[in-house]
Amino acid sequence: MTVDAVIVGSGPGGSTAADILTAAGWTVVVFEKGRNHLLDPDDLTRPAAEFSNDEIKFLHRHFLGPDPLVEPRTFRTHTGDGDRIHVGEVNSIPSTVGGGGTHADGKVPRFRPDDFALASTYGPQEGADVADWPLSYDDLEPYYAEVERSIGVAGLAGSNPFAGPRSTPFPMPPGPPMYGALLSTAAAERLGYHPYPAPTAANSVPYDGRPACNNCGFCARFGCPIHAKGDPVAMLRRAMATGRAELRAETFVSAIRFRGSRATGVTFVGPDGVEHTMGARAVVLAAGAVESPRLLLLSGLAHPLVGRYLMTHFQTAAVGALPRPLHADRGRTVTHLHDDMLVGDHASAAAAAAGGLPWMRGGMVEHGGAAMPVLEAQRYPWGEAHWEGMLDSPIRRRLWVLTMQGEDLASPTNTVDLDPGIRDARGFPVARITYRPHRHELVASAHYGPRLTAILEEMGAEWTLVATSPGLASGRGETSVAIPESRHVMGTLRMGSDPETSVVDAAGRLHRFENVVVADSSVFPSSSGYGPTLTLAALAARAAHLMAGTGPASPPPPEAVTGPTPINLGRARTPL
Amino acid sequence: MPVWLTDSEYRSLSAACDRMIPPGDGRPGAADAGVPDYIDHLLGAFCFDPPRIWAGGPVSGRHGGEPGFGDFHRLGPLDELAWRMRIEGSSGHPEREFNGPVVGLQQRFRDGLAALGADFCDVTPEEQDARLRRDPEFGALVYRHACEGMYGAPEYGGNRDGAGWRAIGFAGDVQPRGWSDDEVSRP
Ligand SMILES: Cc1cc2nc3c(=O)[nH]c(=O)nc-3n(C[C@H](O)[C@H](O)[C@H](O)COP(=O)(O)OP(=O)(O)OC[C@H]3O[C@@H](n4cnc5c(N)ncnc54)[C@H](O)[C@@H]3O)c2cc1C
Ligand code: SF4
Repeated sequence: MTVDAVIVGSGPGGSTAADILTAAGWTVVVFEKGRNHLLDPDDLTRPAAEFSNDEIKFLHRHFLGPDPLVEPRTFRTHTGDGDRIHVGEVNSIPSTVGGGGTHADGKVPRFRPDDFALASTYGPQEGADVADWPLSYDDLEPYYAEVERSIGVAGLAGSNPFAGPRSTPFPMPPGPPMYGALLSTAAAERLGYHPYPAPTAANSVPYDGRPACNNCGFCARFGCPIHAKGDPVAMLRRAMATGRAELRAETFVSAIRFRGSRATGVTFVGPDGVEHTMGARAVVLAAGAVESPRLLLLSGLAHPLVGRYLMTHFQTAAVGALPRPLHADRGRTVTHLHDDMLVGDHASAAAAAAGGLPWMRGGMVEHGGAAMPVLEAQRYPWGEAHWEGMLDSPIRRRLWVLTMQGEDLASPTNTVDLDPGIRDARGFPVARITYRPHRHELVASAHYGPRLTAILEEMGAEWTLVATSPGLASGRGETSVAIPESRHVMGTLRMGSDPETSVVDAAGRLHRFENVVVADSSVFPSSSGYGPTLTLAALAARAAHLMAGTGPASPPPPEAVTGPTPINLGRARTPL
Repeated sequence: MPVWLTDSEYRSLSAACDRMIPPGDGRPGAADAGVPDYIDHLLGAFCFDPPRIWAGGPVSGRHGGEPGFGDFHRLGPLDELAWRMRIEGSSGHPEREFNGPVVGLQQRFRDGLAALGADFCDVTPEEQDARLRRDPEFGALVYRHACEGMYGAPEYGGNRDGAGWRAIGFAGDVQPRGWSDDEVSRP
């Protein structure tokens, strides 16, 4: 069997490619190693009814995978650590139909124009390979606009003075602000910052046949029970509705097959545990920034640049407890952002110079809060102290958190490769992550941490602390603090015009194999300080249009995107 | 009647959980709230069909809609392998030992409860605490699961009738009602 395209991975990248290729008339097969909890198995154009406000299943029992017992990853900070210092969960994003889009709370800002020209705007940094992207913000803008419509993004044009130019307004107005965010954005404004409603991939009004978010509060790390989150259910449903897409869940692609300068298809292991092959005229690789290089390495494509320049975001979180309840367990997890700390000012330039750096950048700051009760309880000691904690509830009811997603420079020593000893349950070598931050991230974090704290103090916090991920105090061997927790994972298959210094070209094609297109954040030459998802979806859209010879869709009339809500809120279907 | 634990293990576990989340001031302790059942149902998850690992969706019925949490999900082949490894351990099955042997929760609970002593329920609370602190790893294991049982959805066997949530003023799973915009944005 030969199809027009095989798509590996059903996350935001793969789903976007499936949507655009099927609309252009291509037949595609989407392979996803995780299970399908997203689409109704009886009618894949409808959302399933399996997501729920259930802390046990989502936060404590790996419902969306990957389960680290059967699909572990390994970690070390540098080669001097030996083969590895940790086996288990490392930067894992859900492995399920829909990928990380299913449980992200979906802050989806665009990058800014200078993010695409880091080297020419700011210049080099010792120990990092700072690069420009082979395309500009203006090249990507029409695709940003297209994926904002196809996912369904709520936001307010003009509210962020640092944003790049937009050709269209946001498809939906912003959703309601959290009470705590009203306090923290007012405090930030008093200190001269410019907070704005986070562009969010959750419906603020009925859109695309899905209802408006009803603020249930089980948002980041949970699937949305009413499918108010559009990413990627919107794109997958549309692809399924064309009748030209087939979804193969619980199916692991174990190799891309190559002949000469082309890929001929894939080898995969289905739920039956047996290896099969499928022919394809093109392969779209969208397995995520860790699994995509792993698959190329499993396919025998050893090349010094495959897996190199892994980036996450260096997270600096200022945490503060207010004297009164903020009920941050209502509504979406984060409702506001500010970009001042990515853009920088005289003080940050001086701090960079004092830290021996030519320049530095922080990241977007998320205004959010609060933990779920099981997670909260586990943080307190047992005995009477349990109740003291739970009744006063600083962590769940009174906490506010400002998280800076700090730009992570591309270091050549931060990599994904195949672990020489650890396998997954299917028998394939797992991804090994070798990662430690560059001095740039540490200097930026040290500079901005106290400034984040100052906002919390202005807000009226009783106490504050600053935590970072990866942890700053990590001694050798303290693996639990050295593993970065950011789920923004980028780099590893760098995009560029020069095959000597990059893996894919500006159209997302592997330099060596022109019918293999990478459609995830692997291709990012730099990490910026914004969530990667909208940008990777826009790149996937652009790559898919270039494959199919089509262009970005123009905005549909408003009545075409709002409408009834065909979502089953009745009994869950238990697939056989 | 416990599903997997013996009666005497169940009694020791109840006493241990009650030291960690004690009753008092009109609040339920862990045992009253069903926490030992939560742990017993996890250890005995494969005594049920489908195994009681993931409750169903999309709503519980507590805030409207038709209750679906009680319909536990079927496990795929890889899910079943993972959860049997986690609960039962590798127990010599070669297909569970691809990265070496795994000790399961059943054995960790069985050994840990035995080490608390056959007289654990009869000694003083201070002595119970001292024995629980003797093996911090086991203490942490029990407490982690006790918190899950106290504040997880009642369908998993703990948090009986929402007693844990009531004690801390948490509304629980609020779909399909959700919260109004005012409830989100006002103090
Ligand atoms: C709690 C949380 C909150 C987040 N919030 C945000 C946010 O607010 N904003 C933001 O921008 N980002 C956020 N993210 C990150 C976001 O989830 C990712 O950027 C996004 O999912 C990446 O999309 P992707 O398509 O590249 O890859 P993924 O979503 O990782 O999808 C890849 C899919 O491919 C499958 N796969 C991998 N290998 C194979 C194989 N060999 N065969 C078959 N299938 C395979 C995987 O199972 C997976 O489902 C968040 C993540 C988490 C965990
Ligand atoms: S807060 Fe809104 S978007 Fe998030 S899970 Fe609940 S209903 Fe869905």
